Amino acid sequence: MTPLEYYAHRGFAHVGRQFTGEGARVAAQMQSIDELRHYQTETHAISHYNKYFNGMHHANHWFDRVWYLSVPKSFFEDAITGGPFEFLVAVSFSFEYVLTNLLFVPFMSGAAHNGDMSTVTFGFSAQSDESRHMTLGIECIKFLLEQDPGNVAIVQKWIDKWFWRGYRLLTLVAMMQDYMLPKRVMSWKEAWEMYAEQNGGALFKDLARYGIREPAGWKQACEGKDHISHQAWNTFYNYNAAAPFHTWVPSAEEMDWLSEKYPESFDKYYRPRLEFLREQQQAGNRFYNKTLPMLCTTCQIPMLFTEEGDPSKICYRESDYFGNKYHFCSDHCKHIFDDEPEKYVQSWLPVHQIYQGHCFKPGTDPTKEGFDPLLAVLDYYEMDVGRDNFDFEGSEDQKNFAAWKGAAK
Amino acid sequence: MSVVALTDYDFPMKDVRENFPAPLLYIGWEDHLLFCAPFCLPLPPDTPFGALATAVLPGIYGYHPDFAQIDWSKAEWSKSGQPWQPDPAKSLAENGLQHKDVIRFRTPGLTGIQGSFS
Repeated sequence: MTPLEYYAHRGFAHVGRQFTGEGARVAAQMQSIDELRHYQTETHAISHYNKYFNGMHHANHWFDRVWYLSVPKSFFEDAITGGPFEFLVAVSFSFEYVLTNLLFVPFMSGAAHNGDMSTVTFGFSAQSDESRHMTLGIECIKFLLEQDPGNVAIVQKWIDKWFWRGYRLLTLVAMMQDYMLPKRVMSWKEAWEMYAEQNGGALFKDLARYGIREPAGWKQACEGKDHISHQAWNTFYNYNAAAPFHTWVPSAEEMDWLSEKYPESFDKYYRPRLEFLREQQQAGNRFYNKTLPMLCTTCQIPMLFTEEGDPSKICYRESDYFGNKYHFCSDHCKHIFDDEPEKYVQSWLPVHQIYQGHCFKPGTDPTKEGFDPLLAVLDYYEMDVGRDNFDFEGSEDQKNFAAWKGAAK
Repeated sequence: MSVVALTDYDFPMKDVRENFPAPLLYIGWEDHLLFCAPFCLPLPPDTPFGALATAVLPGIYGYHPDFAQIDWSKAEWSKSGQPWQPDPAKSLAENGLQHKDVIRFRTPGLTGIQGSFS
C-alpha cells in the first residue's frame, strides 16, 4: 500500500493547482504534504521489519510489476486521470470519508493488539490528518451539489463508481483481518457492519437532502461480507508461488473462530476446502496453482467473486467494444467500463502482459529449452524465490517470528 | 457513454489479438472453486477442441480429486454463459472460438470437496 500514499501526494499536489478557490487549494496542498509524510513514515515502519522478515525489500519495484499490486495501482491511476472533481469524489469522499475506517481502525487496532508498535506509531501520526482529509471530502461534495442541480447526477455516478472500486480494493484488507493477524480483533464482517452499514448508512441518509442516495453497489457489498475474505485468501493460497509473502491453512482453533464469526458461510463453503488443503499439505502435496487466472478488466482482481445470492457460482459479465470482448467480475465493474470504455481498454492487466512477453527481463529467451515462464516472471519481479514466497510452514519468516515472539515474552 | 476530455481521447486497445502469440481462451470449471478463478490460456486456433480434455485441462485441474472422475461425454459446456455444444473433433477456431472468449464446463454429479463447490 505504501506507494499509494505517494500517488495520493501527487494527486493532491496536482488538483491543488487546478482549484482557484483558496480554501480547496490550500486544503489540497496541505493534504499533499500529509500524504508525502505518510509515505515516508510507512517506509520507516517497513524498514524496521525489513531487517528481520522477508518480502519487504522492494516495494517500489513491485508496485509497477507484481500482479496483485496492479489492483491498487490501477485504482489510483484511474483516480488521478479523472480530473480534479472526480479525483476529490474518488479519494477524498468515497475512499477517505466512506471507507477509510475500514482500513485504519481494524488495521491499527490489529497492530496494537498484536504488539506491532512500529505500525501503531505510524497510525497515531497519520490518524489526526485523516479527519482533515475527510472534511475536505465532505465539504467539496456538498459544495459541488449546491452549485448546480445538474451536478447531482454527475456526483452520484462518481460515488457509485468509486464506492465500488474502493470496496473491491478493500478485499485485501478483509483477508488480512480474517486470516493474517496472529491475534484477531474483529472479523471483516463485524467491521463492515460497524463502519460501513451503520456509519456509512447514516451518512447517506444525511446526504439524501442533496438528492444523493447510497452507492449502486451497496447491497452487493453488504452481501459480500460473508465471503470475500475467504475467497481472497484462497486466491493467494493458490498463487503463493508468485506473491512475496506467505500463506497457510488456518489452525483448527482459527477455523473455529471463523465458523463462529461466519455462521452462514464458513462451514458450508470454506472449511471443507481448507481442511482438504491442510491434508494435502501435510502429505507433502501442497497446492500451488501455476496457471494464470482470468482477470476483471476494471478492478484487475482475478475473477474470484461469486454471484449475488449464490456463493457456488463465479460471477461472469462481459461487454463487446468494437468487436473485442472484455470481461468483468460484477455488474458494477462492467458498468464502470461501459461508461468509459476508451479508458479501460488501456488497462495494464498483468496476466495479459505476461502472455504478451512484457514481464521478462531483457535478454530472456522464451524459446530456449527448459524455459520456465513462472521463474522468468519472478526474476523480473526480483523476488527472492524460496524466501519471500511459498507456504509459511517451514519458511525463514516462521523461524524469525517464533524467535521474536520468544524474545517478547 | 464515453470519456469527458478536453482534447481527443483515442488510445490503442492493449489486449487485441495481434498483441498475443495465440488467441486467449478463458476456461472455468463450475462448482470447483478450489481453483480460485477461471484460467486464461493462449491456445493456437488449430488446437482440436478434444485436446482440452486430454492434454490441456489435466495440467491445470488434475490436482482436484474430482478431475479423474469426469465423464467427458456428459460434460455440459457453455460459452459466454449460454449452453453450447462444441465438436471435440473440430479445432477451437472451427468451433467458433475467438480471442478472449469465455467457456465453462459443468460435470454433473461432481460438486467439489464434500459437496462444498470447492
